[in-house]
Formats: sequence, structure tokens, C-alpha cells
Amino acid sequence: MNRRKTEFYVGLFVIIGVLCTLYLFVTLGSVNFSRDKYYPVHGFFTSVSGLKTGARVEMAGVKIGIVSNVSIDKKQLLAKVEFSINKDIELSEDIIASVKTSGIIGQKYIDILPGGSDIMLESGEAIYNTESSLDIESIVRKFIFNNDQ
Amino acid sequence: MTNPFIQFTDIKKSFGTNSVLKGVNLSLYRGEIIAIIGKSGTGKSVLLKHIIGLIEQDSGKLLINGTPLKQLSFKDKRNFQKTLSYMFQDNALFDFMNIYDNISLPLVENSNFPKDQIEKRVFTQMKQLGLTGIENKFPAQLSGGMKKRVALARALVTDPQIVLFDEPTAGLDPVRKKNVHLMIQEYQEKFGFTAVIVTHDIPEIFNISQRIALLDEGIIRFEGSKEELFNSQSKILNSFIKGENF
Amino acid sequence: MLVEIIENFGAKIIKIIESVGRIMIFFLTGTANIFVLPFQFAKIIDHTWFIGTKSMFVIALTGFFTGMVLGLQGYYSLLKYGSEAALGSAVAMTLIRELGPVFTAIMITARAGSAMAAEIGVMRISEQIDALKTMHISPVRFLFTPRIIASIISFPLLTALFNIFGLLGGFVSGSLMLGINKYVYMDTVISSVSVNDITGGFYKASVFAVVVTTICCYQGFYTHLFKEFGARGVSLSTTNAVVQSCIFIFISDYIITFFLV
Repeated sequence: MNRRKTEFYVGLFVIIGVLCTLYLFVTLGSVNFSRDKYYPVHGFFTSVSGLKTGARVEMAGVKIGIVSNVSIDKKQLLAKVEFSINKDIELSEDIIASVKTSGIIGQKYIDILPGGSDIMLESGEAIYNTESSLDIESIVRKFIFNNDQ
Repeated sequence: MTNPFIQFTDIKKSFGTNSVLKGVNLSLYRGEIIAIIGKSGTGKSVLLKHIIGLIEQDSGKLLINGTPLKQLSFKDKRNFQKTLSYMFQDNALFDFMNIYDNISLPLVENSNFPKDQIEKRVFTQMKQLGLTGIENKFPAQLSGGMKKRVALARALVTDPQIVLFDEPTAGLDPVRKKNVHLMIQEYQEKFGFTAVIVTHDIPEIFNISQRIALLDEGIIRFEGSKEELFNSQSKILNSFIKGENF
Repeated sequence: MLVEIIENFGAKIIKIIESVGRIMIFFLTGTANIFVLPFQFAKIIDHTWFIGTKSMFVIALTGFFTGMVLGLQGYYSLLKYGSEAALGSAVAMTLIRELGPVFTAIMITARAGSAMAAEIGVMRISEQIDALKTMHISPVRFLFTPRIIASIISFPLLTALFNIFGLLGGFVSGSLMLGINKYVYMDTVISSVSVNDITGGFYKASVFAVVVTTICCYQGFYTHLFKEFGARGVSLSTTNAVVQSCIFIFISDYIITFFLV
């Protein structure tokens, strides 16, 4: 095997490998090398059970951003969800963010119901109106106990 | 004679329950060709491997210029061992490297010579051993005699002071055997290294070696010049030379 | 009688501890030598060519068919729950988190790991390793260090290749053959996979690289310690290298997953 040939094929291998890796990270992992395309807002929820980082944020069924972080707010003991919203989407301050499920065992996502206010949300501000996950268990329980009484 | 360069004193070595060397006493002098003869499997190779440090003795001392090898500082030991070369029985050439890389390896890995100097030395060595033109071949493509010469080239390329030959002529025809012997003699005269040859080639080896040692059943039965060997009345010696069972 | 049983048991334990110690020393010597100059650049290229470049085709092929079968199996399993739209995410998660790194490691073990063990084993029995020592070349540095660097380069890259071809395979069977909308497939793939899943897969690949290379080189390097000598010894060490590599791939996979989840 010619020395230069070996080097060429090794170089080719590494280039293809790195391209595959980049594709995985950029397309599938949604790593944004240009963070500026998004602006952050956040909201507090009583329960976001099942919601994961990277979940979709939709308005009228169209993706407008992603969930960038899910954590617990230690003071209020509520779930704090941070969103990255597309720069070209402006949200008014009275929008309603709710945790929804796609399909019966599908993934959780955030649905945003547009508001009517003229005041727009600035980068880093909080969404006040939130709706938490639909907890099927508690609904069922309520139903059973109501019957008992 | 001067003080011995390398001296074995009561070296013992066993592998598991198999005791191979049972107290070897032997002196090697600077600049001589010494042949170690003996039956197969009596530990001649094991003896050689002690010198280069592949095997360590269980007991006894190996003296280098009068100092035990074990007491030398790490640096001195390394410096001593750098003056050694070992030629393996089966050549031990690296299959995955071509002939040039094989011969140049000890220089490339251990010295600070610039590339062109290494190249010059390797090609000079190859030319002297009649190996010109095969630098891009691989060991598997060479005949047995060629491989031997490549192994010899690799052993000599570092300008060693001591070269240890482990059956350098095993598996060669009588003509090539003689060539290898003459080659060793020629280079020994040229470079003045000390040659230790483990061999079965009796009586051919007597033509080139100054001294002979007979190793049998783990001890040295005889050590001396070939005149002494021929004049010796020892039965073991005579029968070994004649190839009789003893 | 009882004493004898305990003695035999003790002897076994000592043997195991000895070999664990040997493999640790072997591994540490090899990795420490990465930082000893001169850097063995040419050898690393050669081994990357052997471990990486030459494995590309087989990795792409196995990746593609793994993805195809995942698409097929996943489709009919998800169909029962009416969630066949989630096929993309099922294929992607399985591939990127688990099958990609593990299958890649096993394929490389079969292709390159066995060759490593055999090559070094032959070098041991033909005294080439002793020859290195007589030239004052550290055999571990010379044989093991370049291979482990080449593996650490190759394994993650091949895993990425496997994943891409796996997703493609899932796309072919799920979307082109079973008729899931291709945008739905791609969208579920993209939305379900997070950066952590991908980096987790690469952690696994790097650990497998270290595990496989260490075991395979070690087995070859200590071929002479087997009771069988010569060609039998080499065949034994090659078999051991492959079997032990696979076992330790699965064990370390569990341990890494445990810490990642």
C-alpha cells in the first residue's frame, strides 16, 4: 500500500466520519451554532410531567421554538420551563402556554395560544398564563370518588 | 589475557520445575569470537538471553567489567545494553514492515540521527551484505538465506560492541552456512565487536572462533581454545564432537 | 479433600488477580506512552487506516440493515398502539443510544480486534516482541499505543456513520416501503433526539474503543502465557480476545447507561 494512498484514505475516512458526527449534532441534536436565531422566555407550571428538553413549542400546530431547559424553581416549588422562541415570532404578554401530548403515548409538547394584548414579551420575560400537563390519573380518581359520594 | 568483559558466576535459572541452568561459569573477553556449543535444549539460548536482559537469573551473578549487572545504575545498564545486538534464531524480522524499515528500526527509534544519515547507514549496510535492491520487499518475499542476512544487517546497523548470535546458520545449506561464518568473521575483523555464537555447526565453527565453550545439562563442561579442545581427553567432549551419544 | 478444593479456588483467585494486574499495567503503560515524544504519527495513520477506513463499508452495510429491521419491527409494534407515526423517534433513539455504539464496537472487534490479537500473538511467538526489547524499543509503546489512539479516533466516527446509515435504513423500510410520511419520519427523528443522547453515544463509543483495543492487544501480547504454544496459542488468544471484548462491551454498556440516564 502506497504511503500517500493510505494517508488519503485515512483523511477521507476522518472527513466522512466528522461530517456524519456534525450532521447528527446539528440536525438531530438541534445544536445551534447561531444562538441568535432564538430569544428566551420562561414560564412556571404546577406540573410538566413527561416534558423534556428539546420538546417542540407550537403555535396553531406549527413549530415556533423548542424547550431549552426544564428545572424546579426552589422558592415557589413550581416547574420552571425555559423556551427558545424563533426571533421572527413575536408573542404578546397574555398568551397561554400549555403542556400537551401528541397521540396517546406520544411526546409532550408545549402549545401556545395567542393572546390579544398589544404589549409584547421581551427576551427573558415570563409567560404568566400556563396550563400544566393533563394528569389522567387524577382525572380518573376524581371521577371514581365523585361516584362514591 | 585481560580481565573478562562479561562473566557468568554460578548462574542458575529454572522455568517452573524445569531447571535449565545449574550454575554456569563462563567468561567472555573483549574482541573475541566465542562459540557456545551443546545439545539442543540445554539452555544455550537462555544463556544468551541473560546477557541482553530478556531473562533474569534466579541466582548467581552476571558481571559486566567486574560489576554485577544488577548493581549498575539504570543509565549505565541501558548504556551497556545499547552496545549489544541480538540475532534471533528465527530472525524475528517484522512481517508488517519492509526490509528498509526493518533494518533502520533500531536507528529510527533510538537515535537522533537525521533521516538522510540513517538512510546512508542502512544502504551501506545493505550493500555490504549484498542486499541491494530489496529495500521495498517484505520478509515473507525473501528466501531463508536472504532473511538471515537481513537479520544480520539489522543486528549490525547500530555498530554494536557485542553481537549475540543465536544459531545464525540454522536451516541453511552448507554453502550458505560457510558464507554466514565467513561474514561473521569478516565483520568481526572489520568492526572488532565481540561475537558470541550459539551453534551446532561442528566442526565448521572451529575455523572462525577463538574460544569454545561446551554447555551440557546446565553447566559448562569445557571452556578454552580449540587446541585445548582437541587435546582434551574428556570423553564427553570427544563424543560430542563426533556426534555420538553420551 | 476440602483443603484441596479451597486451595484450587485460591489458586484461581490469585490467577485472576494477577491477570487483572497485568492488564492494568499494560493499559497504563500504553496510555502513558501516548504522551511520550516522539509522537508515533505514521503508525497511528496506518492503524487508523486498518481499523477505521477499512471498516467503513461493513459498518455502513450493517448499520443500514439494522435500521431497516428496526423500521420493520418498530412499525408493526407501534401499529398495535396506533402510534406508528412515532416510528422515526423509535428508530432514532434505539440507534443513537444503544445499537449504534454497541453494534459498531462488535463489528470492529470482529474485523480489527481479532486481527490485532492475532498479529501481536504471532509477533510474540516468533520472538519479534523480544527483538523489539533487544533494540530497546518498548513493545507496549510500539504496538499498543498507536492502536489505542487509532481506535479512539475510529470508533466514534464509525458509530456516527453507523447511525446515519441506520436512520437511512429506517427511512427506507418505514417510509418508502411501509408508507409513513417522510416528513413525519424525519420530524419525529429530529424532535426526539437530544444532544445528550448523541454525546452519550459517543462516550460509549470511546469507552468501547479503549476496552476492545486493550483486551485484544493484551491477549495477543501475552499469548506465550497460555498452556498451548505456537499456532494453537495464537488461535486461543484470538478467540479469547473476541469473546472477552464482546462480554466487556455489554458490561461497560450497562455501566455507562446506568450513569448517563
